[in-house]
Amino acid sequence: MSGMHRDRIRIQRIAQAASAALCNGYVLGFQKGRIYTGKSKAVCVPVLNCYSCPGALGACPVGSLQTALGGIERKFPFYALGLLMLFGIMLGRLACGMLCPFGLAQDLLHKIPVPKFTVPKKADRPARRVKYVILLAAVLLLPAFAVTKTGVRPPYFCKYICPAGTLTGGIPHLLANPALRQAAGSLFGWKLAVLLLILAASTVIHRPFCRYLCPLGAFYSAFNRFSFYQMRIDREKCIGCQKCEASCPMAVEVTKDINSPECIRCGKCKSVCPAQAISSGFRTGKK
Amino acid sequence: MKTDRKLFLLRICVLAAALLFIGIGLLRQEQMEVFKKAVKICLECIGIG
Repeated sequence: MSGMHRDRIRIQRIAQAASAALCNGYVLGFQKGRIYTGKSKAVCVPVLNCYSCPGALGACPVGSLQTALGGIERKFPFYALGLLMLFGIMLGRLACGMLCPFGLAQDLLHKIPVPKFTVPKKADRPARRVKYVILLAAVLLLPAFAVTKTGVRPPYFCKYICPAGTLTGGIPHLLANPALRQAAGSLFGWKLAVLLLILAASTVIHRPFCRYLCPLGAFYSAFNRFSFYQMRIDREKCIGCQKCEASCPMAVEVTKDINSPECIRCGKCKSVCPAQAISSGFRTGKK
Repeated sequence: MKTDRKLFLLRICVLAAALLFIGIGLLRQEQMEVFKKAVKICLECIGIG
């Protein structure tokens, strides 16, 4: 492993750990099985981070979007959507690669030395569209329109899919609170199964949740091609060795489409490039 | 050159739209709805139902 590559991993891990600590810094919450109730909870964080995590200092943007859409007044969610657009236009999917705590969990699990699996392109390409379906159906349409028998519109993504909520919210609360343990039923069993499946898959496939299921990644991916933060390849310096493509954890065709919607801006391509043809940073595009 | 200018305009327009949305949301006190939801344990989110 080259020095530059080691440095990149170190920077990524420090950024991810700092983000996880900043988003979930209320340590007392884990001890007491309570959640933080300070004013910062009115602000959405740029990553998938359950607001019911005992340590959460901010609000989950995906949960906030569903709450606004499914609320009694059924308002257009200007605030949550505006924040998501702001994060998207500034960073694209940089938040996925460098800031997301659940991304960090998947990255660490992928370090476990077990045989790795490359998903064939025929299955990989259509499977990546699932996250857009989840965004449209479970985050936007169902919370806005699908009323249950009890007359409420639940946050369908949070309720039935979100593994981050189970990992950082459900499990710590159940461990700390016997009453919640008593109340846990088949829904918790289902969510635990989803979480375990994703965690198990993360050991053999790099970031399966980000690739195939994450609605927040799907939203940010719409901004990847024109966000202020951009990846750039210098065609004159590129020697066509394809090391960037071989190393990309998201299987992006780096030389053809460096700002692909699938790129999470982890910078691995940049660090393995022997010709230093790849760069990244904030660009206005103004000439 | 033209593409760069178009990109610049697109970025600025989306950024302005994002800030406008946030402003409208703040005027409508939507941050308080986010706050109210975020300071209670969401039983659905943690899988209790």
